[in-house]
Amino acid sequence: MENTYKIIIAIIAIVIVIAGIFAYMSLSNPTGQVSLSGSGATFPVPLLDAMITEYENNVKSNVLINYEGIGSGGGIAALQAKTVDFAGSDAPMSAAEMAEAPSTLHIPETVGAVTVAYNIPDVATGLHLTGQIIADIFQGKITKWNDAAIQDINPDVTLPDHEIVVAHRSDGSGTTFIFTGYLSAVSTDWEQAIGQGKTVEWPVGLGGNGNSGVAGIVQGTEYSIGYVELAYALENNMAVAAIQNPAGNFVSPSLESTTEAVSSKAQQGLPAGDASWSSVNVLNAPGEQAYPIVSFTYILVYKELNVINGMTQSKATALVQFLWWMVHDGQQLGPALEYAPLPSNVVSIDEASIQSITFDGQQLPTS
Amino acid sequence: MNWRVSGDSLFKTLATILAASAAFILLITAITLLNGSLPIFQHFGLNFFTGTQWNPVTGREAFGVLPYLLGTLVTSGIALLIGVPISLGIAIFLVEMAPKTLKVPVSYLVELLAAVPSVIYGLWGLFVLRFWVLEYIENPISAALGWIPIFSGTPFGLDVLTGGIILAIMIIPTVSSVTREVIQAVPNSIREGAYSIGATKWEVIRHWVLNYGRSGIFGAVILGLGRAVGETMAVTMVIGNAIGPNAVPTSLFKPGQTMASLIANGYLEASPVSLELPAYIAVGLTLLLLGLFINVIAHVMVTRVLKIKGGAVE
Repeated sequence: MENTYKIIIAIIAIVIVIAGIFAYMSLSNPTGQVSLSGSGATFPVPLLDAMITEYENNVKSNVLINYEGIGSGGGIAALQAKTVDFAGSDAPMSAAEMAEAPSTLHIPETVGAVTVAYNIPDVATGLHLTGQIIADIFQGKITKWNDAAIQDINPDVTLPDHEIVVAHRSDGSGTTFIFTGYLSAVSTDWEQAIGQGKTVEWPVGLGGNGNSGVAGIVQGTEYSIGYVELAYALENNMAVAAIQNPAGNFVSPSLESTTEAVSSKAQQGLPAGDASWSSVNVLNAPGEQAYPIVSFTYILVYKELNVINGMTQSKATALVQFLWWMVHDGQQLGPALEYAPLPSNVVSIDEASIQSITFDGQQLPTS
Repeated sequence: MNWRVSGDSLFKTLATILAASAAFILLITAITLLNGSLPIFQHFGLNFFTGTQWNPVTGREAFGVLPYLLGTLVTSGIALLIGVPISLGIAIFLVEMAPKTLKVPVSYLVELLAAVPSVIYGLWGLFVLRFWVLEYIENPISAALGWIPIFSGTPFGLDVLTGGIILAIMIIPTVSSVTREVIQAVPNSIREGAYSIGATKWEVIRHWVLNYGRSGIFGAVILGLGRAVGETMAVTMVIGNAIGPNAVPTSLFKPGQTMASLIANGYLEASPVSLELPAYIAVGLTLLLLGLFINVIAHVMVTRVLKIKGGAVE
């Protein structure tokens, strides 16, 4: 008998607690509060975090945005599973990936550049390299720093008779995708033997995890060379090579030379947001002072938002307004974090894409 | 009385469910891995286990686990070669030789090593240990014995050997504390008997204590091996992460890669619609199979020593 009472009391207690939790949850979500979620590339995370904080605090206080940097591949998978409202990716979606998520818009959100960092004692700055030389070094064909090919374009520098230590990313990454894309574009040997990918079969070298891993190898190993993201190289004052662009100039990586690259490339035309971007690249841009190893990083979003689980009219509107703000006012947050802002001709492509987003077939207000 | 009985049966049911959940998780993991890696075995068959390519580039996909399987076995082997003698020394010292005032603090310190997160070992390996290994081990060996294939190549400190040394440090707490328990379980009558026929301390330890506890010590070694095989972060940071045919560990001074570090490196950005993701899952399956194999051996060995221990108490 006593036993039965205990059970009844326990059941009542559990019911009260559960009811309380539900009541609390519904109270803590007052009407008008909208939350958006995204996931994907880790490269834009610092910029996105700054944008989101600024947006929530000073633009729309009723919008909560959550972005998880889980990697571009994970972001695309989440978008295909329709469990996030938007995804971030450093590489455009491949044809196979587009097939799993049809009518996805590619919205370039900021520009990344890849620098070639080196550690040669007595050559603190000013090393000049060409794309072909970089490809040969990373393929193990040029093995010494005083190789005639390197020495010829660096007449003012005495290069050491020392073996080159190559450092590359060991993790799959958009940075590797951009870098190997550049090497494939400038060297047919590289294109045929290795090709472009987030991970490739490196014939030589040491692998480091992340920008910090590669930087750790380069900074800790004399006579080494590696590739790291522009923002990381600038923040850590790494010695980076000036690379010859198609105009023939040796250009150091910087925010200005990155934006010029994208701007001069966009003048030659980019696809519309809902077209396939899989073959788009902004490498080897024609601008006089354009840095050659540059890439977009994208926000991926469905053109018709009602396919997303749990999407509502108010969420869809909030998303469109956030994206609109991101490609306009949000861009001003970039330079302080070493992200190159989008040039105006890319912003206009983004504007058309964002305006084409619909919910249940209806266009959404951008402000 | 009634309450007591129902509480007992409730507890029994609960405990059964919890115990079953462990088996259930293993089963679910195995099924998920098998299911996820199916495309790889359909595409490459058993060649996946013998292949050395690792090419996720679209249109050129080729995946083989062999370099990383070898990388795992070689680094774990180095870890055992270095870690086991040190662990044995620690255990023998603590049980047979250490004065009482040292016994507790030293064994506490050794066990504390197990509490250090592996990423800390990795960072220490990357910023400190690799330079020591390079300067005091690899450069001298390379200069003197560089003509031997396993010491060939210019050493940089980020290679198979450094990976093995980091693992050796990481398995010492596990191996030494289990070995200490095993040696402690050797009945004193064995020692007394040996001394009484005139054996020296070294002979007692060598011929009686270690001999008596050998299957338990073997179990301890296998437990350490299990840890070394599955260790990810610390190894990833110091092994140099070569990929493809270049990762076959033909020299101790070459960068290599283990199965765990390959997965940790590549999984996050693997394209979900190509063969790349199934390939990483297939590596996971290989690792699980190796881990299961090692743990089954460990279980058999540890069970045997528990029986000996039980006998000693009687």
